[in-house]
Amino acid sequence: MRLRPAIAALGLTLGLAGCATTPPEALRGTGDLGVVIERAAGRVQIVEHSTNTSLATVPGLGDLSHAHVTFSRDGRFAFVFGRDGGLTKVDLLTRRIDKRIIQAGNSIGGSISQDGRLIVAQNYEPGGIKAFDADTLELLSEVPAEYAPGKFSKVVGLADVPGQRFVYALFEAGEIWVTDFTNPRRPVTTRHPAGRQPYDGLVTPDGRYFLAGLFGEDGISLLDLWQPERGATKILAGYGRGEQKLPVFKMPHLRGWSLAAGQAWLPAIGRHEVLVADARSWQETARVPVKGQPVFVMARPDGRQVWVNFAFPDNEWVQVIDTVEKRVVHTFSPGKAVLHMEFEPRGEEIWLSSRDSNRVSVVNTTTFATRAELPADAPSGIFFTARGQRIGF
Amino acid sequence: MDRSLLIHVAVLLGLTALAVSTTQAAEPAPARQKELVHMVRQDCGSCHGMRLAGGLGPALLPERLADWPDDSLVATIIHGRPGTAMPGWQRFMNEAEAGWIVARLKQGFPELD
Repeated sequence: MRLRPAIAALGLTLGLAGCATTPPEALRGTGDLGVVIERAAGRVQIVEHSTNTSLATVPGLGDLSHAHVTFSRDGRFAFVFGRDGGLTKVDLLTRRIDKRIIQAGNSIGGSISQDGRLIVAQNYEPGGIKAFDADTLELLSEVPAEYAPGKFSKVVGLADVPGQRFVYALFEAGEIWVTDFTNPRRPVTTRHPAGRQPYDGLVTPDGRYFLAGLFGEDGISLLDLWQPERGATKILAGYGRGEQKLPVFKMPHLRGWSLAAGQAWLPAIGRHEVLVADARSWQETARVPVKGQPVFVMARPDGRQVWVNFAFPDNEWVQVIDTVEKRVVHTFSPGKAVLHMEFEPRGEEIWLSSRDSNRVSVVNTTTFATRAELPADAPSGIFFTARGQRIGF
Repeated sequence: MDRSLLIHVAVLLGLTALAVSTTQAAEPAPARQKELVHMVRQDCGSCHGMRLAGGLGPALLPERLADWPDDSLVATIIHGRPGTAMPGWQRFMNEAEAGWIVARLKQGFPELD
């Protein structure tokens, strides 16, 4: 029969047309997307900050009680690190899990390499870091945090820096390690003594300086990655002035948002203060008294404001510091148990998660008016795809 | 009424009140239990993990705690452990409540509602 090939050809044409035609509403960029962690439910919400809405919910991500997210450079994929060692690659466009592995027993976060091809996870158990192919999540190599024979440390503060390197701190070892993944299957690591109990770290936006906050002593350890052979030095040493520390009911978090107006703005440990240091000389220039133990001290992208949230039991409060006046200019409570904040990339609005109020608030950073409230189940971290374009995120 | 009898009655009443309050302290009221479960899972959880499987702080699961005497665990909760990141929580609970938490941790801690 001659009709059959014609019908087959018609079917093929229709089929191809069906594949090629994407509904216009599904065509969108990813520059305004983000994820909100729903920590107890093991889910993420996919959100957008052009009109401040939630687009979808993606379940099945395991224990997200200390979740962290890093993004592919095209802004399409969110790599979600769960407390239980889960690493989940979420497709923000199809709004589905693309791949998921359990890579460790207890994990705290991770970061993406300069070239976007490696995902590196930092783990508490077994202590160390692991590198994965960003496309397939295949394990390429690992660096156990074995700082003395048979002794392993928890890894904190992992940050990507130029040259396919990752910098991180070892809590028990009191060291900063720099691992070069130029050959991802044969990483090369150098070690630098840092100080007692580094609890987190950050890299400056240019990728030059790594700062590790110390819990076991008053001070910050600073490593110049342009001249790592000079070793880590201590800045803001003795900021506690020998006074009795206040109890710390939650560890602060550091990341590259700490630089603003030529200064570094850092949480003090065991003091209700934000420490300010000149970002060239690293000398202390001021201290700003605040309402509690700071957890996140986060500069608005233009650097004119620094927003601060607090550890339990002051965690319903948020304070805003004016970086010119170096004092608190606004205090408010967006909800109960404010766990995280994320600025929109140009800083005109900030998203705040209130775990115990089960909502995310979007607040205008000029008027401090609430622009939107999104329901969320015990939300914690909020992460926007703009992180994918920045060093150290 | 005889004065000494009055004192006896007063003492008895006092002892009864004390006994009642001790029992109540050993077993916090249901609403307080809920608060304590929330505090352990969410706030202790920021270091120990919401599932108490550990984080910067050690795991608080039954198999991990089995060999620790209750009173030393209660002291750790109330006073913290110097030299570590563990703070004392005496501002937020009394020893009886810490004891209730320790007992629950050893059995397998209640879930959040």
